[in-house]
Amino acid sequence: MIRTGAQIVWECLAAEGVDVVFGYPGGAILPTYDAMLEYPIRHVLVRHEQGAAHMADGYARASGRVGVAIATSGPGATNLTTGIANAMLDSIPTVFITGQVSSKVLGSDAFQEVDVTGITLPITKHNALVTDVGELARTMAEAFAIARSGRPGPVLVDICKDVQQAKTDFAYPTDLDLPGGEPLPPRRQDVQRALELIAQAERPVILAGQGVLRSGATQALMAFAEKADIPVALTLLGIGGFPASHPLCLGMMGMHGEAYVNSAIQEADLLLAFGMRFDDRVTGRLSTYAPRAKKIHVEIDPSEVGKNVAVDVALVADLKAALEALTPGLRSPLHPAWRQRIGAWKADTQHRDILHQPDNGKLYAAHVIHDLWAATGGDAVIVTDVGQHQMWEAQYYPHEKPRTLITSGGLGTMGFALPAAIGAKFARPEAEVWVVAGDGGFQMTQCELATVRQENLDLNISVVNNGYLGMVRQWQEFFYDKRYAATPMLSPDFVAVAEAYGIEGHRVTTREQVGPTVQLARTSGRAALVEFRVEKEEAVYPMVPSGADLHAMIRRPAADALPEAAADAKVPA
Amino acid sequence: MRHTLVARVRHQPGVLSRVAGLFRRRAFNIDTLTVGGSEAPDMARMTIVVDTLRTPAALVAANLRKLVPVMDVTDVTHLPTVDRDLALIRVRCTPAERTELAGLVDIFRGRVVDVGPESVIVEITGDEEKVSGLVDLLRPRGLLEMVRTGKVAMVRGSVAAAEPLAANG
Repeated sequence: MIRTGAQIVWECLAAEGVDVVFGYPGGAILPTYDAMLEYPIRHVLVRHEQGAAHMADGYARASGRVGVAIATSGPGATNLTTGIANAMLDSIPTVFITGQVSSKVLGSDAFQEVDVTGITLPITKHNALVTDVGELARTMAEAFAIARSGRPGPVLVDICKDVQQAKTDFAYPTDLDLPGGEPLPPRRQDVQRALELIAQAERPVILAGQGVLRSGATQALMAFAEKADIPVALTLLGIGGFPASHPLCLGMMGMHGEAYVNSAIQEADLLLAFGMRFDDRVTGRLSTYAPRAKKIHVEIDPSEVGKNVAVDVALVADLKAALEALTPGLRSPLHPAWRQRIGAWKADTQHRDILHQPDNGKLYAAHVIHDLWAATGGDAVIVTDVGQHQMWEAQYYPHEKPRTLITSGGLGTMGFALPAAIGAKFARPEAEVWVVAGDGGFQMTQCELATVRQENLDLNISVVNNGYLGMVRQWQEFFYDKRYAATPMLSPDFVAVAEAYGIEGHRVTTREQVGPTVQLARTSGRAALVEFRVEKEEAVYPMVPSGADLHAMIRRPAADALPEAAADAKVPA
Repeated sequence: MRHTLVARVRHQPGVLSRVAGLFRRRAFNIDTLTVGGSEAPDMARMTIVVDTLRTPAALVAANLRKLVPVMDVTDVTHLPTVDRDLALIRVRCTPAERTELAGLVDIFRGRVVDVGPESVIVEITGDEEKVSGLVDLLRPRGLLEMVRTGKVAMVRGSVAAAEPLAANG
């Protein structure tokens, strides 16, 4: 059948089962937007292309499917780049479609021309410039295949305007000739060697990363951990891959992991790294990282093996396939003594936990997150921004199921939460979706409130407002002698902002209001924003300073060291 | 130590910038990189020499394999190979010195390919040590200009580089 290039774009999206795209029109992509009206794919008009990229990203994280964003050439494409880089660092399957100037003027600095494939080369898994309509369908099909295969990632297709207007015979290609493709099963000798190390270990710890979610390996991980009796520590992006309430679950590791989790890693004699990449936020100083531990690395991307940490056994394979190969061969003894030791460390940590300290009448962000967890039954999809609130979320909102925490890990992109939550809501319209953002990051992409309203989304938004760029302020407090350069931040009246966008707004200043206001927002049947005015100079504890030993943590102050722990304060319910 | 990798890549626009960009952003330390044609019209061949003191060859190979236009990568360092480097060297040479210089170059199986009033151009092909040996010898005479291709390599005998290591992922 004869189709224009513009129609082929939509034919390909339909063939891939895409039901929604996030985008913003402009000159060089106009032919494609014109053809859009002939196809039953929903288009969400964003307010800034960065938002479109984060929406595609959030959609992909919440659904497991490929997220798609569209923009025009030049500034449209450059505005996408932060979101593309975010998807790259976190290995999120996404396809970005950009218009480009006509192939006849390519390279002439034409109006709104930039070298988009050049700019995005280091922040895409792959990209392509299409100058021939005969190549368009194959390029689109390859983009989807590459985005979701192996270690997923973003793929960008830059399409010249004349290609969108040209016609050709269209058939969706199914005979793709791509290198790599589906990962090989783990090698038998590697599985044997790993099983030997597991059998010898007395103090093993599993380090579970986002690979658990991407590979669909949550059940396989549970079966492995239970049979081997090995505790599971999670990376930030691994949260949800193992139920927080499980007796073997340790919680988050790394820079803001609880002390007992990092202590367990440092004392371990075997680390089993499952679908994680030993990021610097997880390891601290590499030369002192888990010095007594042998390491088994199960990883789909061979270029991650040995990159940061030397390993004793590497299984380059899909995690689920690897776990299913390993579990039947487990013959290791149980590790009750090791678990008891970790349990003792945990008790000491909990003694210092803010949740277990007397209420002093102040509103702490940790309380907000905890009460949000309680009010939502721990069952909401939480989409965070980046900063202190993100770490408090990871610490105080226990996640039981995969894909219920959506957060920017590798790139640490402020402004991610609101647009990513819009994408997540489109992926899972039946789910209760909550934005958890700080006052700084929220203002970076606050314009997408208009998208929420235009699409009539029932999205819940919490802005944890401490009047500072809190995490930067915390670093200034700890490492820069409390010199608060450029971190105090004046914010607008968030309630009035919400109302200006046609969204109901609430403000909470005391602990008692948290639960009822959350209930009000989540049951309103429409979008709602809640601003929480929290303590201004609270820090996220514990903390491993950047580049320090993982066990050299700045600990949470003990309860009696807190001056505000007044004797007459009442204990929270 | 230096490792030699042979990468076979699709002959398409931008493939060299993908490879070069990878080396730059990963801060890989590369000694030489040569690109040229191969036995197939749609395939180009790269020979990459890596300084493994700073950059593990396996990490370079694993990252190269992630580039979509890269078809396969083989580390031929420990395989028997034919290695060749080609140099064109313009060296100062008076008419009176020509015969002596030609004799010297002949020992290295090089040849004089162009003669000017005060200089000649010498062509030499061989492994990198041999080429460097001649260059060192000519340098005191007045080395006016030089171009070297960098190393290309092919596995000897019936073991072809066409039998790549498993390209996983």
